[in-house]
Amino acid sequence: MKYALFLGCTIPSRALNYELSIRKVAEVLGIELVDLDFGCCGFPLAAVDEIKAFALAAGNLSLAKKHNLPILALCSACAEALTKTETSLAEREDLSKRVNRLLKTRLGLEYRGGVSIKHFARFLYEDFGIDNLKKIIKRPLKGVKIANHYGCHYMRPSEVYQNFDDPLFPVSLDLLVEATGAENTNYKTKMECCGGAIAGMNENIAMKLAETKLDDLSKIEVDAMVVICPFCSIMYDKQQVLISEAEGKNFEIPVLYYPQLLGLALGIEPDELGFDLNATSVEKLLKKIGVEE
Amino acid sequence: MVTMTEKSIVVDVSELKSRFPRNVMKQPGGEAIQKCFQCAVCVANCPIRAIEAGYNPRRIIKMTLLGMKDRVLSEEFIWLCSVCFLCQERCPQEVRPPEVMNAIKNLAVKEGIIPPAINKLIEAFKENGRLYPIDEFAAEERDYMGLPKLSEKSNFVKKILEK
Repeated sequence: MKYALFLGCTIPSRALNYELSIRKVAEVLGIELVDLDFGCCGFPLAAVDEIKAFALAAGNLSLAKKHNLPILALCSACAEALTKTETSLAEREDLSKRVNRLLKTRLGLEYRGGVSIKHFARFLYEDFGIDNLKKIIKRPLKGVKIANHYGCHYMRPSEVYQNFDDPLFPVSLDLLVEATGAENTNYKTKMECCGGAIAGMNENIAMKLAETKLDDLSKIEVDAMVVICPFCSIMYDKQQVLISEAEGKNFEIPVLYYPQLLGLALGIEPDELGFDLNATSVEKLLKKIGVEE
Repeated sequence: MVTMTEKSIVVDVSELKSRFPRNVMKQPGGEAIQKCFQCAVCVANCPIRAIEAGYNPRRIIKMTLLGMKDRVLSEEFIWLCSVCFLCQERCPQEVRPPEVMNAIKNLAVKEGIIPPAINKLIEAFKENGRLYPIDEFAAEERDYMGLPKLSEKSNFVKKILEK
């Protein structure tokens, strides 16, 4: 299994723990990840110029096409922007013409479709398979209570993703967490948005959104929150410290990227999973799992 | 400025631009705006609305359909959608409100009405081709962690973004 790893803009500079853990996990799963010279997926620029955003995504897709590789994305916004471009250009001839005209004049490129794009979690759920994952668990995370955060762009819009999971009551990440032996906890604000997309535009609203979920999680007993998108992690992990200070709260909720959790269950040593880059301390969790004195 | 917490907005008929909704429909994402029948399901489950009472996607759509171009394009509220797609999944008319917001934002940018935060974002992309450059610090950190070297800037993004 060989895939082009799509890191996007945020992960290679601000979420090195996500990148490190995914690379370690991929090694164990026997997945070869190839690094191509990808650029921005286009998502942050859709508000500015949707056609250029499509062109950016299509430029990336044409690079994957040239190497004849399917894409594995780690950021949910990247996965959505690339998948949306693939499906929209295939469905709409007029759009495809406009986007290709821009690609041709600016980059001398053309994109006519044919690249498969999947978020890493979706790939594990649909292709690698939950049962196959269960078979290779070496350190079952028994008794560890996890609160999943799906985020928004991982399975929505459902029309872009052809309903691979339910857009309002998704199950895939719950099953992936349960595969590690950990316990999945349902909570009231499970489907709330992290606010990451408007953090640059209006920090107050974004922080309030993040705080709503942290408040909810502090009322129930969970050992950690699990996320699958760098924006969500920035909002819940890095900002958790700031929100705690600003609001006089003491959340202390560890926020793990799913590959960090899976990595522990696969028997990978914690220092190979980038935990020292998690903003909120994971010490208590690692002790509970029994991998740290 | 229109304060969206106002109970009602008085519409000045002489200000209406009938071409505005048609222009929104011509933008990618704006195609379905005229299907909106104002049921407000989008407002009912909007997480931004729950925090900022002034944000009201139903009202933004209505103002657009009426042709209130100047007021819609110059308001900060069009930039507040967090693109969570909850309303898109629940809209009974398949209007795709987050896509409609993007179409409206694209028109605001064309008219030169760009919030400072968005201008900063555009400049960052023109400079680096990335939201965040892989600067010296990040490159060192990557190296230390044994992660592969990546190019600092992305040139093809710059080429697409040039005027």
